[in-house]
Amino acid sequence: MKVLVAVKRVIDYNVKIRVKADHSDVDLTNVKMAMNPFCEIAVEEAVRLKEKGVATEVIAVSVGPKAAQEQLRTALALGADRAIHIETNERVESLAVAKLLAKVVDEEQPGLVILGKQAIDTDNNQTGQMLAALTGFPQGTFASEVAVDGDSVNVTREIDGGLQTIALTLPAIVTTDLRLNEPRYAKLPDIMKAKKKPLDVKTPADYGVEVASKVSLLKVESPAERKGGVKVASVDELVDKLKNEAKVL
Amino acid sequence: MSILVLADLHEGQLAGATAHVVAAAKAIGGDIDVLVAGEGVQAAADSAAKLDGVSKVRVADNAVYAHQLAEPMSALLVELAGDYTHVLASASTTGKNVLPRLAALKDVSQLSDIIAVESADTFKRPIYAGNAIATVKSDDALKVMTVRTTGFDAVGEGNNAPVEAVDIVVENSQSRFVKEELAASDRPELGGAKVVISGGRGMGNGENFKLLDGIADKLGAAIGASRAAVDAGFVPNDMQVGQTGKIVAPDLYIAVGISGAIQHLAGMKDSKVIVAINKDDEAPIFQVADYGLVGDLFEILPELESKL
Repeated sequence: MKVLVAVKRVIDYNVKIRVKADHSDVDLTNVKMAMNPFCEIAVEEAVRLKEKGVATEVIAVSVGPKAAQEQLRTALALGADRAIHIETNERVESLAVAKLLAKVVDEEQPGLVILGKQAIDTDNNQTGQMLAALTGFPQGTFASEVAVDGDSVNVTREIDGGLQTIALTLPAIVTTDLRLNEPRYAKLPDIMKAKKKPLDVKTPADYGVEVASKVSLLKVESPAERKGGVKVASVDELVDKLKNEAKVL
Repeated sequence: MSILVLADLHEGQLAGATAHVVAAAKAIGGDIDVLVAGEGVQAAADSAAKLDGVSKVRVADNAVYAHQLAEPMSALLVELAGDYTHVLASASTTGKNVLPRLAALKDVSQLSDIIAVESADTFKRPIYAGNAIATVKSDDALKVMTVRTTGFDAVGEGNNAPVEAVDIVVENSQSRFVKEELAASDRPELGGAKVVISGGRGMGNGENFKLLDGIADKLGAAIGASRAAVDAGFVPNDMQVGQTGKIVAPDLYIAVGISGAIQHLAGMKDSKVIVAINKDDEAPIFQVADYGLVGDLFEILPELESKL
């Protein structure tokens, strides 16, 4: 079966972000961008399914500006067979991304779609679930283990308080949690080979999807700064401060 | 305005998170109904009826809703959503699993993890691991939102709202519950604890987490961990505090052997008082800590335990 993987270009997770002076958004000029860490885990899982002979082809797809092709090339270097870039410079909300991905699912007919559980920029944790709704497929979110067995897949999910295993009928949507796997690094020869792999460029209009959203971003602010604290010299002083100054003991 | 709150359940009982979500619903204003869906959930429904501000509790008690799988739960919510302007759930793993599916089925956006209500259509939510706060306005006819429980104080109990049964039974042939492995713990739940003590990579191994037990017992604290400690296999992942784990805001948070990566700070920096114990005096955790103690945790922890 085909496996479709969605990847997102986001700010590198190590970068300390800055809010723009006019509070319109976060300032992304000249900051290091990378593949969303949860998407790396999704690509790794898809490639492992191919190595096990479960997947026949791995297709990576991304929605975003032209620069998102860098992240698709990374996915190709990691083992994806081909890529689809849906190019747009608009701010695309989860629902519109899910609608675009649903069109790709329609076209490609994958047996499994793997996404990250959330992107570290918007922290929404929505797209996979929305895609499942739009395609009518069952969903296995926050997966820490994925086992395909014939026409169903067992997904172990990280839930509050522990782990839950569910069985889903294929085709299905899976979103990855951190502990699903340890993503590999792209090797130089693979990075070179990835430049020759096919990458289709489309637009939302090609799929007949309107990306405008009814949610508007009014303002972006920095969170309240914490007041600088003090260093204490001993356990006695710490206990004393917690009892008498902070009054939390 | 009419608001539907999806109740959180924990082992069949009403979870504490629900009282926080009702508080968010009160801030929006209007009639507040609570939906309790599951199997054998009458007791949870009775608890929900006691929450202040609730107009009515609706109970869908059927085997198809057991374990609150996303497919039947969202199908049920679609049937009910027509009566409401807002559907809210806590940003628990259940709320995050079910609500986006509902939103897409209703062709509306979802607002995740709201921390403040500005008006019935405008809300604040953290983005970029809590390093920025966005104010967002939704013009969708139905607002579907998950609520960060630490952003709202729980409502009290003293109500006696009517409880009525929902007879809608949906079909589900796509997903099936197989098993659950819940971590057993006698300590307070991480999300609701007044005091949290967390260990990081500096703890060295899982065995050393026992050093936190005595202090946690004396303080009635929950024990948490950083992602580094979880990834290293020291402790199970449901103890993880951070952007990708649990978000906590206790009165006192004690970080032991935790450097203070962005992803960890996103989960705890709204705590009232933060204490950091770390041997590296340059560790970023000291920039947010109210009280910092530089030193070897293996000496400090036993001493701290004996002096509490």
